[in-house]
Amino acid sequence: MSTDTLSTVEQIMEPTPGQLLRRRIFRHRGLIIGASILALIMLMAVTAPLIAPHHPYQQDLLNRLMRPVWHPEGTWEHPLGTDHLGRDYLTRLIYGAQISLLIGFSVAIISGLIGTALGIVGGYFGGRVDMVVTFIITVRLSMPVVLVALAVVALVGGSLRTVITVLGLLMWNRYAVVIRSSTMMIRNQDYVAAAKAVGSSVLRILLTEIMPNVLNNLVVVATLEMANAILLEAVLSFLGLGIQPPLPSWGLMVSEGKDYIFFEPWLITIPGIALFLLVLSTNLLGDGIHDVTAPESHG
Amino acid sequence: MLVYTIKRILLALLVTLCVSSISFGLLFLSSDPATAIAGEAATDEDIVYIRKLYGFDRPLIVQYVEWVGKALRGDFGKSYYFRMPVSQILADRLPITLKLGTSAVIFAMVLSVPLGVIAAMRPNSWIDRVALFLSIMGQALPSFWFALMLIVLLSIMFPLLPPSGTETWVHFVMPTIVLGYFAMPAIMRLTRAGMMEVMASDYIRTARAKGLLPAKVLIKHALRNAIIPVVSVAAVQFGFMLGGSIVVETIFALHGMGYLAWESINRSDLPTVQAVILVFSIIYVVLTLLADLINAWLDPRIRVA
Repeated sequence: MSTDTLSTVEQIMEPTPGQLLRRRIFRHRGLIIGASILALIMLMAVTAPLIAPHHPYQQDLLNRLMRPVWHPEGTWEHPLGTDHLGRDYLTRLIYGAQISLLIGFSVAIISGLIGTALGIVGGYFGGRVDMVVTFIITVRLSMPVVLVALAVVALVGGSLRTVITVLGLLMWNRYAVVIRSSTMMIRNQDYVAAAKAVGSSVLRILLTEIMPNVLNNLVVVATLEMANAILLEAVLSFLGLGIQPPLPSWGLMVSEGKDYIFFEPWLITIPGIALFLLVLSTNLLGDGIHDVTAPESHG
Repeated sequence: MLVYTIKRILLALLVTLCVSSISFGLLFLSSDPATAIAGEAATDEDIVYIRKLYGFDRPLIVQYVEWVGKALRGDFGKSYYFRMPVSQILADRLPITLKLGTSAVIFAMVLSVPLGVIAAMRPNSWIDRVALFLSIMGQALPSFWFALMLIVLLSIMFPLLPPSGTETWVHFVMPTIVLGYFAMPAIMRLTRAGMMEVMASDYIRTARAKGLLPAKVLIKHALRNAIIPVVSVAAVQFGFMLGGSIVVETIFALHGMGYLAWESINRSDLPTVQAVILVFSIIYVVLTLLADLINAWLDPRIRVA
């Protein structure tokens, strides 16, 4: 054994890849901010029954449209006021986080499975198979998502499950596009050829050679698409064709508040800010993961 | 180029056919149009009668072929609600949405191309930060909420603009801002990236070395090349805007295609919904087709692949 395989002091002192990754993570301001806000919102959703001051459906018709605490007539009994049925706004806001997050995760899982499967198959096999996959993606891109989702939800009847299914079946396009192109880059690598040479089955190659190497991109797309799903659910619920009352969806809360836009605009402002913060933090996290895991693509 | 063009057009036709059959199947499988037309007071006999009258009792594929045949001649059937030909309603509504979409794309371009250029000239300057901030906001702001906040600000707190209606150009100002704002991030990021790439190229150095005015180098040499992908993305963004028009038109009561779609969905007016989906898809397919053809014309490498 020659001496040049021995590590020099400088090499031992060099940070390990794991240390470098951790350093990049903690230096990325967007990632840290996004992850912190998102963690707070998730904590809020999980502990909702413990921290919410009231019950989300509990009506109090004598105390309708009470103003938030920063208005002169606001009280600490209802820190964010009450809605048009006298339900505590803070409580509904806290429970609303559960719905948005549930939608975001479920849609990301369903559409992620469909899109990844299509993308990997198209990217790995190429040729005719890829032509079919590309065609399916093109067809899906040509359908106006909001319109199709609205129409189907309207016909089937709006419920949490319908919204998740419809969005999940519609929003897989970005996964398919990204995974397809990253699979194409990987499939000609030596380690894939080596796996073929030792006689691995196609399924084994896809799962153990291709999958782990597209995982970074998959996580980034999933995070960004989760934010999109949350936005789209809010749009559907706002238009009255998504989550149905009395469930406290943030989009629905804005919709219920818009009749009072002239005198009580805070009814719209509050759930809107919540929605904005959730989507913003998820996007920041997704962009951050992208920057941190692919440092070479970032100037 | 001719072979590529023909291939690309055939593909576009095939895509349109698939989209139409999927949306037809979705809408007509997931609901019973006869009950929707008959209304709530209808007896079972009424529904059976309507089913026969409109031909809903026939196999779906027969109905679809008939629908496509008629649609090719510009006949989308009769609206259940308006009791008039859908094509006539579309002719009324489409110009409004096209006007809104066009002004929104122009608004987005006017705002984001200069911003992208300046951001590329001075990376990490404050203007680059502002551009980044605007684009992050554009991705996270819920469109309907942004629209309502604009109404609160510009119609209620400072009554400058009307909150709803279609009558004059003033009614289009806020919808244009909302719709255009959401097309901004994509256009701006692409302009910035394109400009940075172009500015680092040899011919820009040559142009500079010849002693040309910096402004001339920027506009005549750099922007011209950087703008090519931006134009095709703007075309695609126009397609996405049609989807966004549903939200925006509903909030501002702008009587275009998006508003028509929302009304018709709420009334289970299937022929109209179906026609709107088809028109939106066709516009998108045509725009991407044009963008692809322009790109192929500008870059011969694409034609071969």
